[in-house]
Amino acid sequence: MSSQTENLPLTNGPGAAAVLAAGIGATALGVFAVLADTLPAFKKLMIFSSPTGPLSGVTTSAIIVWLLAWAVLEWRWKQKTVAIGPVAIAAFVLLAVGLLLTFPPFADLL
Amino acid sequence: MEITMRGLWTLIHGMGFGALYLLACAGALVELWRMTRPTTEPPEPSRWLGIYLLTMTVLAWAAVLTGTYVIYPWYRAVPPAGVALADFPQALLRSNASTVGWHTLGMEWKEHVAWLTPVSITMAAAVFLRYGWQLRLHPELRRAVLIFTCASFVSAGIAGFWGAMINKVAPTQGGQTIRIMQGEK
Repeated sequence: MSSQTENLPLTNGPGAAAVLAAGIGATALGVFAVLADTLPAFKKLMIFSSPTGPLSGVTTSAIIVWLLAWAVLEWRWKQKTVAIGPVAIAAFVLLAVGLLLTFPPFADLL
Repeated sequence: MEITMRGLWTLIHGMGFGALYLLACAGALVELWRMTRPTTEPPEPSRWLGIYLLTMTVLAWAAVLTGTYVIYPWYRAVPPAGVALADFPQALLRSNASTVGWHTLGMEWKEHVAWLTPVSITMAAAVFLRYGWQLRLHPELRRAVLIFTCASFVSAGIAGFWGAMINKVAPTQGGQTIRIMQGEK
């Protein structure tokens, strides 16, 4: 039974969901970091843990966005075959945006 | 030979979880590339690479969680007025124009970019555990997993570099002193 299951070809939907969600999580991290750096009210809102300060809220919120995006996309694409090319490119762009937004000299330009 | 409690935690975070993760990256990239490359050879058992990636995922999460919730509060603690700054790394770095960049560029980049590591490697591990050798049949998905694994290496490398350099300039120290061994004069 298990070897039969292992040999069944899987659709690319679950993999695409995981890849795109990781990109969304990366961008969410960058966006929250920039917002906490530029908006005092948002910075205050992001203090989930006083000793750690706004970093606690920025990272926790980004992780929540990532996991929610993953859950929703997994639910939508679980049994589907999707156009993985555009999905992967979107994920790479989102990852690059996340990386750039965490770089302080770039974030300071915004 | 002694070490402070804060120094020990910094060692566990950086040399334990962080450095071990960076060392593991090369093995993960090579094995992911090799085991999932399109070939007519029969598929190999993927169990060990799955365990390897899961271990890396645990290391990545352990590194960011200890960094953010154990060491960073010591780093950013505000010193009481009139106290020497040696035990307050952020305040020490910001007190001098020649060291402030270690905080404004180094720590502010490190504290955020490090979190891309567990996100990327968790995704890579989850996809590999789900697909195993079948990633051969999905070349673009395979490429995406490899690129995100590279990204996890880059983000961990940036965080590790800045962490090591900042700890040289303004070490996180203090707390209970642990005597490891008694040396001879």
